[in-house]
Amino acid sequence: MTRKTYKVTLCDGPTCIRNQSREIRQALEQALEKHSLSQRTEIHLSGCLGMCSKGPILIVNPGYVIYGQVTPEDMGEIVESHLAGGQPVARLIVKEDHLYNRFFRIFGDVDFFGKQMRITLRNCGIIDPENIDDYLSVRGYEALAKALTEMTPEQVISEVKKSGLRGRGGAGFPTGLKWDFTAKQPGDEKYVICNADEGDPGAFMDRSAIEGDPHTVLEGMIIGGYAVGARKGILYIRAEYPLAIQRLEIAIEAARSHGLLGERILGSDFSFDLEIRLGAGAFVCGEETALIHSIEGSRGMPRPRPPYPSVSGLFGKPTLINNVETWANIPVVVLDGGAWFSTIGTETSKGTKVFALAGKVQNTGLVEVPMGTTLREIVYDIGGGIPGGKKFKAVQTGGPSGGCLPEEYLDTQIDYESLAKAGSIMGSGGMIVIDEDTCMVNIAKFFIEFTQSESCGKCTPCREGTKRMLEILTRITQGQGKPGDIEKLERLGEMIQKASLCGLGQSAPNPILSTIKNFREEYEEHIHQKKCRAGECRALLKYTILDNCVGCGACKRACPVGAIDGTRKEKHVINQDLCIQCGQCFEVCKFNAVSKA
Amino acid sequence: MSKTITITINHKEYQVEPNQTIMQAADKLGFHIPRLCYHPKLSIEGACRVCIVEVEGMRTYVASCAYPVSDGMKIHTNTQALRKARRDIIELILDNHPQDCHTCERDGNCELQRLAASMGIRARHFEGQRKRYEKDLSSDAVIRDPEKCILCGRCVRMCSEIQQVHNLTQAHRGFHTVVMPAYDMPMGESVCTTCGQCINVCPTAAFVEKNYTQELFEKLNDPDLVKVVQFAPSVRAAIGEAFGLEAGLNMEGPLVAALRKLGFDYVFDTQFSADLTIMEEASEFLERVQSGGTLPMITSCSSAWMKCLEQFYPDLIDNVSTCKSPMSMHGAITKTYFAQKKKLDPKKILSVAVMCCTAKKYEAARPELLVDGMRGVDLVVTTREAAWMIKSAGIDLVNIEPEEPDHPLGLSSGAGAIFGTTGGVMEAAIRTAYELYTGETLVDIEVASVRGLKGIKEGTLMMDGKEIRVAVAHGLGNAFGLLDLVRRDPEKYHFIEIMGCPGGCVGGGGQPYAQINAIPLDDEVLQKRAQALYDLDKAKTIRRSHDNPDIQKLYKEFLQSPLSPVSHKYLHTHYQAKRPVGIIPKKERKQSGAAQ
Repeated sequence: MTRKTYKVTLCDGPTCIRNQSREIRQALEQALEKHSLSQRTEIHLSGCLGMCSKGPILIVNPGYVIYGQVTPEDMGEIVESHLAGGQPVARLIVKEDHLYNRFFRIFGDVDFFGKQMRITLRNCGIIDPENIDDYLSVRGYEALAKALTEMTPEQVISEVKKSGLRGRGGAGFPTGLKWDFTAKQPGDEKYVICNADEGDPGAFMDRSAIEGDPHTVLEGMIIGGYAVGARKGILYIRAEYPLAIQRLEIAIEAARSHGLLGERILGSDFSFDLEIRLGAGAFVCGEETALIHSIEGSRGMPRPRPPYPSVSGLFGKPTLINNVETWANIPVVVLDGGAWFSTIGTETSKGTKVFALAGKVQNTGLVEVPMGTTLREIVYDIGGGIPGGKKFKAVQTGGPSGGCLPEEYLDTQIDYESLAKAGSIMGSGGMIVIDEDTCMVNIAKFFIEFTQSESCGKCTPCREGTKRMLEILTRITQGQGKPGDIEKLERLGEMIQKASLCGLGQSAPNPILSTIKNFREEYEEHIHQKKCRAGECRALLKYTILDNCVGCGACKRACPVGAIDGTRKEKHVINQDLCIQCGQCFEVCKFNAVSKA
Repeated sequence: MSKTITITINHKEYQVEPNQTIMQAADKLGFHIPRLCYHPKLSIEGACRVCIVEVEGMRTYVASCAYPVSDGMKIHTNTQALRKARRDIIELILDNHPQDCHTCERDGNCELQRLAASMGIRARHFEGQRKRYEKDLSSDAVIRDPEKCILCGRCVRMCSEIQQVHNLTQAHRGFHTVVMPAYDMPMGESVCTTCGQCINVCPTAAFVEKNYTQELFEKLNDPDLVKVVQFAPSVRAAIGEAFGLEAGLNMEGPLVAALRKLGFDYVFDTQFSADLTIMEEASEFLERVQSGGTLPMITSCSSAWMKCLEQFYPDLIDNVSTCKSPMSMHGAITKTYFAQKKKLDPKKILSVAVMCCTAKKYEAARPELLVDGMRGVDLVVTTREAAWMIKSAGIDLVNIEPEEPDHPLGLSSGAGAIFGTTGGVMEAAIRTAYELYTGETLVDIEVASVRGLKGIKEGTLMMDGKEIRVAVAHGLGNAFGLLDLVRRDPEKYHFIEIMGCPGGCVGGGGQPYAQINAIPLDDEVLQKRAQALYDLDKAKTIRRSHDNPDIQKLYKEFLQSPLSPVSHKYLHTHYQAKRPVGIIPKKERKQSGAAQ
């Protein structure tokens, strides 16, 4: 076998795929062929690196040279200069700024990763997720071996308790306690479930974690099964994640053939196997009791708790259910110890949290930060601030049911309690940055529209209440808001929060109540002055033609309803009665002579 | 073991039993927490959120129907904040509900209406879009009106937990959530057995029976028709409740009088044809025992069970008695023997049945049951419909002078009366079969082992040294349990009685709605209705079907003998496997390899 000189890693995450990473691979192979380097260069694919705004990413090892925003056309140059000539292509390298990071030292020299700390995603972007040997080479399954050979189930649970790890699905329940409850239940038929039903719009933490490092999740679950005395695990993942599913299937098969799953794992007395169950994509199935119903073959609807799944879960048996990110932390907790894990983070929230950073921010993508990092650090230091010189307005954490926090909350630390105190939630890790061009009423409407359409329809407050909230918000954004609407929203919101059956309903009003609290003046402007300061609510816009109109007639031609009148080379006029606020005139005017207000 | 715990409700301490919900504890202490989706016989749904209470230390309100009490728990059931939240919740339900109470069938008997009144809703704050659906009129018996549905899920749980038919489920999400049969099939084409239990538990009018009262009033006014009516045993035991009387009063006499006042020319009794059914069924059973026919033999009186059999247990069709139900036998005899006797054109006879049952509407329309090309029973109205007609016609059922049914199809034995309760058909059949088989009269005619509300009851009987093992199931869920036993061990029983409704016909889908503050299908009410029938049996001098002189006369004048060719022509029927959409037999499921 020829010794490989270079190892080229191509990010195979969805953003990079969309940005031609597959074509890049082809071009790379052709270039290597041309330089007769195919035998000496190893190409492999990784899961999402998270640095999506710099994608497609290509990493050359040794040397940890990270190339960003490469194109197929760049491959010739990279091969010729770097792989054949040993000289990295400077213009394509992602800017360096060396920083140390325990789990992510190889990427630490990049701004984007500077303040990050990667535990959940420690292997994402480094290993080939479809190759178990790659995982084994980064101490994969060592934690499992340690648990099975050196630790009793009680010791494993004690270690998890010591770590202070809390559920990453959103509620933040202490993981160790949950394990303890499940372990203490009588009976030898128990289940372990991984909740990979990630449903927040725009969130892709769990998917990336699985696509980039499926074995970590598997290892966590096997350890969990050992700790609570379950022989069977189920990965519940939505069918919309075909790549993640495929990689899980490959990983499970590989783990089985390596004796890491199945009968008598690693020669111990412990037997455990895993099965994948596909969800049909209902948001509410992320709620644990609804998820369990779905696995059982029923309609995914939550039921009242108690009994909690740890007492009566899947098929009425004690069930340990954790989310992907929680599971991915387990091998680290076991391997490096709960004591070490608990040094990261804040008093009450330990470890790291992954966020899907999106919205009006320079560097969108996946970030993992230690608990206690401030929102400001994420938005500005990691996210690179707001693009286009726009003003920051709010950041929304926790997915569609999180709250919108304005500037004065930017120094809020990220941990379960602080976010709750500020009026938002940790949620599963969505983070959307909002700038001055976004209308807060409209964004609240957007989120309630989502939760309403995803409500399972079981309990009255969520099913009927969110519908009425949506109607009121729609009215307001269409300029038909009435005095008293804000109070109605508050009255409904507070009732829904306190009276709903499950977390979906209980958190659904958060975006509305938090925007009313923090941006009440925007609501009032909409209702009383019929004005949307962000210019997003179309019905509230008024288009007028200014004096600098040259009479070119472009707007007149563009107007779909014939609302613009005027003779050539003279100032045109918009008939406000006919105008439908479509904005076509504004778009086509080359002289900035159309104003929108 | 009976260690009590201390809880505080509205600032007062109480000692209560552990292992119960807040609602159960509060009920016993005299705090009635408002509720809607809760039903004691069904699983806990926790959906309506009307029964929320405040528990100190909890972030949210908790549903008292679901949350267990614990020591030291401090509960508030009636704070101002809670009252507001409950009121808002009911208001939200009303906002998405047709505001047509005055023209609604459940006006005055609607749980939502009562709840809204008790919440003190005096203004509406959140009105907006209201859901719009067409009524599903496809079924012969049960109408589904999703616009009236408030999604409490009682019908879904009734259909899947007690009846285990699993026809109804919630579909779609959010505002568009709706209860429907699988694949959004029309009720008439779905696996619905038309048992009507969804109607019994529905708090509003989202499920009602197909109403034939107007048609019946019209026909009662047709001078060309001879109007004949029969009424089922359990109608007399329940109809009083619709007039505010306590449960368990036998209203036979007043009902006969009221039906005459309504305009019927002949008021007959289904108990007469129950006796006839026993003659045929007991003879059929003995024939099967003696000639090695298919056993166990299963009764065929319950029409919901008939549809169920054809859909879910077609392999047991040969086990089921070929006897028509008492109602259909009555219809057949009315249009033949009675018509001949009175020299009437059977086409001019309007044959009406007042039934405790919605499924009888479906049964009456079955083409297999045609009598010389005519329907044996032209119209079926439920106890509820009959009660309404009597009220609507201004007849005072409560104070009316009782009357006797007409001859020749009105006289009945005690055995015919107990048909209306679970175990009754079995008991009646034993009384006759024993005598037919042994030639001796059964002395101890009250068969305790098949009485009561236990789901599946078993008993044995010695006939001339031969052990006869019998079993009784009521409610389709229990029936499935029993039939699965039969599938595994066909020798286990000789004779099985199955009734589709919980409690048998006394708990039928057409019985009066629960009275104010009572629970639909309350066991106590079912027992009282059953007791009325057992008392009626006890009070009769003739307690065995074969001793009924009118039955003997009928055989002598018309049918010759049980199982004779004439009997077969008019009193027996057949069944065939049916496969509504969505039912794929297990065998085929495996072959096609389809996952769904």
